[in-house]
Amino acid sequence: MTTSQERSVPKPVFTDAEAGAKVFPDSDRRLYNYFTPAKRKQSHYEDVTVEVQPDPRHYLSQGWLYGFSDGRGGYPLDWTVLKAWGSDRPEPERFPGSGGKGYDWPATGWHEFRDPNEEWELTFYRYNSNVVRQLNQNIDNARQSKAFEQWNRNWVRFVERNLGAWMHVDHGLGLYLYANAQRRAPTNMHNNAISVNSMHRIRAAQDLALYNLTLTEEIPDFDGSAHLEVWKSDPAWQGVREVAEQLTAIDDWCEAIFASNVVFEPLVGELFRSQLVQHAAPRNGDFVTPTVVGAAEHDFAERDLRYTRAMFELLTDDREFADHNKQILNQWLSTWTDRAITAARTLQPIWSQPDNKPPRFEDGLDAVKNRFAALVTELHLDVPKELAQ
Amino acid sequence: MSRQSVAKAHQKIQELSWEPQYHEPVSQYGTDYTFRKAQKKDPLKQVLRSYFPMEEEKDHRVYGAQDGAIRGNMFRQVQERWLEWQKLFLSIIPLPEISAARAMPLLFRTVPNPELHNGQAIQMIDEVRHSTIQQNLKRLYMTNYIDPAGFNNSLRNFQSDYCGTIGRQFAEGFITGDAITAASIYLTIVAETAFTNTLFVAMPAEAAANGDYLLPTVFHSVQSDESRHISNGYATLLMALSDESNHQLLERDLRYAWWNNHRVVDAAIGTFIEYGTKDRRKDRESYAEMWRRWIYDDYYRSYLLPLEKYGLVIPHDLIEEAWNQIWNKGYVHEVAQFFATGWLANYWRIDPMTDEDFEWFEFKYPGWYDKYGKWWENYNRLSMPNGHHPIVAENVDYVYPHRCWTCMVPCLVREDMVMDEVDGQVRTYCSEPCHWTDATAFRPTYQGRETPNMGQLIGHREWETLYHGWNWADVVSDMGFVRDDGKTLVAQPHLNLDPKKMWTLDHLRRMGPVQSPNVLLNEMTPEQRQAFHADYIKQGPAGRPAPADA
Repeated sequence: MTTSQERSVPKPVFTDAEAGAKVFPDSDRRLYNYFTPAKRKQSHYEDVTVEVQPDPRHYLSQGWLYGFSDGRGGYPLDWTVLKAWGSDRPEPERFPGSGGKGYDWPATGWHEFRDPNEEWELTFYRYNSNVVRQLNQNIDNARQSKAFEQWNRNWVRFVERNLGAWMHVDHGLGLYLYANAQRRAPTNMHNNAISVNSMHRIRAAQDLALYNLTLTEEIPDFDGSAHLEVWKSDPAWQGVREVAEQLTAIDDWCEAIFASNVVFEPLVGELFRSQLVQHAAPRNGDFVTPTVVGAAEHDFAERDLRYTRAMFELLTDDREFADHNKQILNQWLSTWTDRAITAARTLQPIWSQPDNKPPRFEDGLDAVKNRFAALVTELHLDVPKELAQ
Repeated sequence: MSRQSVAKAHQKIQELSWEPQYHEPVSQYGTDYTFRKAQKKDPLKQVLRSYFPMEEEKDHRVYGAQDGAIRGNMFRQVQERWLEWQKLFLSIIPLPEISAARAMPLLFRTVPNPELHNGQAIQMIDEVRHSTIQQNLKRLYMTNYIDPAGFNNSLRNFQSDYCGTIGRQFAEGFITGDAITAASIYLTIVAETAFTNTLFVAMPAEAAANGDYLLPTVFHSVQSDESRHISNGYATLLMALSDESNHQLLERDLRYAWWNNHRVVDAAIGTFIEYGTKDRRKDRESYAEMWRRWIYDDYYRSYLLPLEKYGLVIPHDLIEEAWNQIWNKGYVHEVAQFFATGWLANYWRIDPMTDEDFEWFEFKYPGWYDKYGKWWENYNRLSMPNGHHPIVAENVDYVYPHRCWTCMVPCLVREDMVMDEVDGQVRTYCSEPCHWTDATAFRPTYQGRETPNMGQLIGHREWETLYHGWNWADVVSDMGFVRDDGKTLVAQPHLNLDPKKMWTLDHLRRMGPVQSPNVLLNEMTPEQRQAFHADYIKQGPAGRPAPADA
């Protein structure tokens, strides 16, 4: 006769530890209560984002515990020259018997920012998975239907050279501007939105690189490495390259996001993607590339711009520092518009490369200038005179 | 993923990086390490086209399980003893996670290998995933568990509380100071490679034994990302090792990072696993057994030791001493006893130990009852308000400890306490390695070598200082650890939710004022301090006063 030894497993126990099983103080207080929601009810996004990154101005009673070699810890407010209300108030002083209370929530205007896209991990992975799935399907369908055979010869050259060159912009900014900037902002709401922006850029760069790989496999004379030389030394691209590198060299995190999302993207990114590639491609037999480029365009020109607008609107409407911020933002507008327009004009020769021409460069530039001017005006800033170049 | 293989796709995306020609990216973080450009391969080999759907699928499983748990009334079977400690754990952990995201750019300019930057960017967004998925789990507990207090004011609590401050090192250590010390050695080489095993694997297993299968669902999903991050750290470590001049700093940083992680993580997770469980099967692993398996064998013997041949100086002595602390010096038991002593300054309820618990402890840690049994009997006796004070103000043979200036866990293994004047202040340290961390390692010179990028220990590192001379009721009010009737404490030294059995501010009002051990120490004459130190190191175990005849 065989005997089986009883396995050692934890025994389920009925504990009745469900919500509502008893009534006692706090028994029905089932909302996070340490912040004030932006709207009437707190959102799921706020619950998982707000206040994860602390601030000694309200609850961090013992202060930051680890500092850089200069003794400063956490997220110093002067990592940008822009200010939100309350920025100039000193951190609450602590000493024996001081207690631990800081200023009332939110202590500074920085904590009022909410990402209108309400991005957190659930929304982020759903959205980006959908994008990459759709792109895969588009490209696979094109491959199966021999769509790439419809491309005329010069369009093949155009894509291998110019679309290829743009992937470097997305990659460089994604890593060295956005991923870098998400260490710098004083709240979790800012930094998470910037992280998401960073991944949009890195994904867009990889989308273009992998599309390039498919084209190398599908189009017999497609030179998958042509983009390297174009990015490195084609004179038409050196203006874009110089500004892209200059953007990654910005120290001030607000300037980095502003210069990239408010100036460079609308004036150069949209010009290249929407006014050139999207318009030229169908005329040259290509219905696939606009879907790849369009995914990135939606990210940068809609989603990422949406959080950027909310972020800077707060600063230009700030109850204490609106004028201070507007003055600096107008200076940045002036500086970066000049650089962006110069880069855009340097890129002009590629408009003549496709056999079937896109709308005129000047028309495209006018279109993006108009959108840019509207954006700047919405932010209560001055349309810079450099736009007239 | 399309028909392109991941390897081929990954090879292709290496074409994306370029050498700057007109402007260098901004350099905002310094290091005293030196790196030569080297073609180290990105160990993650992750391409976003496959990464996003993979994470989405992992999310489907997590959120599906959460729906199932609610529909299946999981909270009818959850042990309150366990869930209460999650009020502490889940208030701490989202910050280390998001800090790991923030740490990644510290490596961009300091580790000159663009291929590794790709892996670091993916780690960045992984960490955003972890932080928000954990905040969401806490939200689910708050919504569905019987007692939402402590969850509902979680992040305010964490940032005011002395336990939160201990845990916060596990985040701040990632994002400041020397970039390599912080974001590579402390974060990836030690915290992620060694201690996430106990945090995210061992502890969730204990959760399941206490009726909570959502913690393992979320944290195993998190851990499957962590294992990739470990590869990130390994690649950077090998680059650092290839330059002989880094070996001195690597030795310093491994000593600091190992010891600090041990003091902080073993204190918290050891307490949760040993004192937060109702599973007292004799054949379930104790924390010491888990530690031996996950950290000593898996990390130390399998991961660290093989690196010796590349010139890495491994802190064998500190690894053995950490084990000695856990096995012989009762580190976890001392910490749990302290947390329970200071229950009134917390924001969760701590269940008294029962005879069944005593029997298990004695079986797993022979001699436990003689050291700690009597104190826990007193804790039980004093748990309901009945004309007496909370245990911290009663005579139960327990001397309130001094804080360690470095790790901020109190100096609980009394014989190891070190006292020294550093930066013009007399400080106490739980151990010599913590003293060394403050007095020697976190300094602008190290063993005669200039280390201008090394960070500093800053902040008001003794919690009691802030409340020196305050009445306990005012302290708890100031921190906001009070329920919605305006008087009942969030924390309780028992699990009974009958309002008549719960402690209120009125009970605390009768206590004497809080006294800061460090303020008092600095008010002493040098002779008094020497006498204090001589007495302190004779105290214990279990916080007992020094023997009168000693």
